[in-house]
Amino acid sequence: MSLPPAPHQDEAPAPRAGDLVKRHALVTRLWHWLNAITLAVMLMSGLMIFNAHPRLYWGHYGANSDPAWLDLEKVNGGIPFPGWITLPSHYSLADARLWHLAFAWALVLGLLGYLGWALVSGHLRRNLAPKLGELAPAHLWHDLKQHARLRFPTGAAALSYNVLQKLAYGAVLVVLLPGIVLTGLAMSPAMDAAWPWLVDLCGGRQAARSLHFLCAGALVLFFLVHIAMVLLAGPINEVRSMLTGRYRLPPDRKDAP
Amino acid sequence: MIVSRRRLIGMGAGAAGGLLLSGCDRLNESPAVRDGLASAEGLTMRSQRLLMGDALAREFTEAEMSPTFRVNGSARVEDSAYRRLLANQFAGWTLQVGGLVHRPLALSLDALKAMPQRTQITRHDCVEGWSAIGKWQGPQLGAVLGAAGLLPNARYVVFHCADVLDGKPYYESIDLIDAFHPQTILAWRMNDVPLSEGHGAPIRLRVERQLGYKHAKFVMRIEVTQSLAALYGGKGGHWEDYRGYQWYAGI
Repeated sequence: MSLPPAPHQDEAPAPRAGDLVKRHALVTRLWHWLNAITLAVMLMSGLMIFNAHPRLYWGHYGANSDPAWLDLEKVNGGIPFPGWITLPSHYSLADARLWHLAFAWALVLGLLGYLGWALVSGHLRRNLAPKLGELAPAHLWHDLKQHARLRFPTGAAALSYNVLQKLAYGAVLVVLLPGIVLTGLAMSPAMDAAWPWLVDLCGGRQAARSLHFLCAGALVLFFLVHIAMVLLAGPINEVRSMLTGRYRLPPDRKDAP
Repeated sequence: MIVSRRRLIGMGAGAAGGLLLSGCDRLNESPAVRDGLASAEGLTMRSQRLLMGDALAREFTEAEMSPTFRVNGSARVEDSAYRRLLANQFAGWTLQVGGLVHRPLALSLDALKAMPQRTQITRHDCVEGWSAIGKWQGPQLGAVLGAAGLLPNARYVVFHCADVLDGKPYYESIDLIDAFHPQTILAWRMNDVPLSEGHGAPIRLRVERQLGYKHAKFVMRIEVTQSLAALYGGKGGHWEDYRGYQWYAGI
């Protein structure tokens, strides 16, 4: 009789496929659902604000007689984003700003809190930062192919994020969310007096407005892929793990190579 | 089977979407929700004031100015007295300064031009999202208020304007922090020529660290008050009273 391998001698036995394991910290779960609400409000009210002047420019200034890189004034009678996707559903710049500028605080405070926790607890370094080997082109290509074939990690390998997840979540946490907050602040005339470097970093106030819109687009793209992945990877198990923190490790594939 | 399931899912999604939409609009109309959302304005104002202190808005060079500075809001004032003044280049017009001051003033355009002038090339940010860079010249509001002398209970400076928007007289207000900011001027000159009617002749307030709707045009009278509650809709400005815009427009 041969002994089974024991890689974690001082710990509980290594989790195996089918085990119910702890996956998401309470902080992560709280922040996730706060973001689900906050980002929905920010997007819907933001699209209404965009409707008030549906043109985007680069540089410091930009108005109707200046060249725009995106001009949706001719779309849908000058209101390019329809009522079903905006907050409120009827045209109201004032009401949209009321929602946008209040929920911006939830976004900023939640982001600062979570980033602080992720740094101090080691979550960022341990779970989200890709390891050097994971960034090797061969490894990235392999993971991309596996994802494209909808072959997601199983068993104990599903306990940690794969490199594509790390890159996606990491980009949202340290690039897109800080980016959308900072470009939003750079549109504020008061903040431009307080922090002139910020609007310069963006390339001007109208460039900040364009970047803000592009960050929002990237977050929408993330959301769509995120929802698709949850549905494909097993929505009940995935949603449970984000509610209770507990996740059942997927069984190994019969046809696994 | 598959078709009917798809239809079922489609119907469910449609119903959920409809519920969400009407739910959002119902929340949007709820006074309690609106009050809660509006409380963020005070937090934003205090935070921004803390971060910016007395900092100046960016000033640009002539090369960075917008080729065209669009006219927004009221482009024309219908009031017949105003039209007569405009036809006479505002000869005989005076800016009234009153309210909680020691010495009420009536300043002619020449008197405003004779005061120490500030010229600034700044970016004008409309609440709608567009920006234009223009050059503004005029006396500092702080100097005008200093000449009138504020009473101890003075808190706000209200600008009564000649234009009527949606049947309501236009007015705006700022507090003393912005009123005495060095870049807050009563501009009578824009891009090296006297203000055109569309840009607010004879004078327009420039309050550079706030959005465009605070920059009152066609200013006829300045009133220093302790509170905004007794004026018109009580929220301190036309857009604040009738459109629900924030009184503090720093973002």
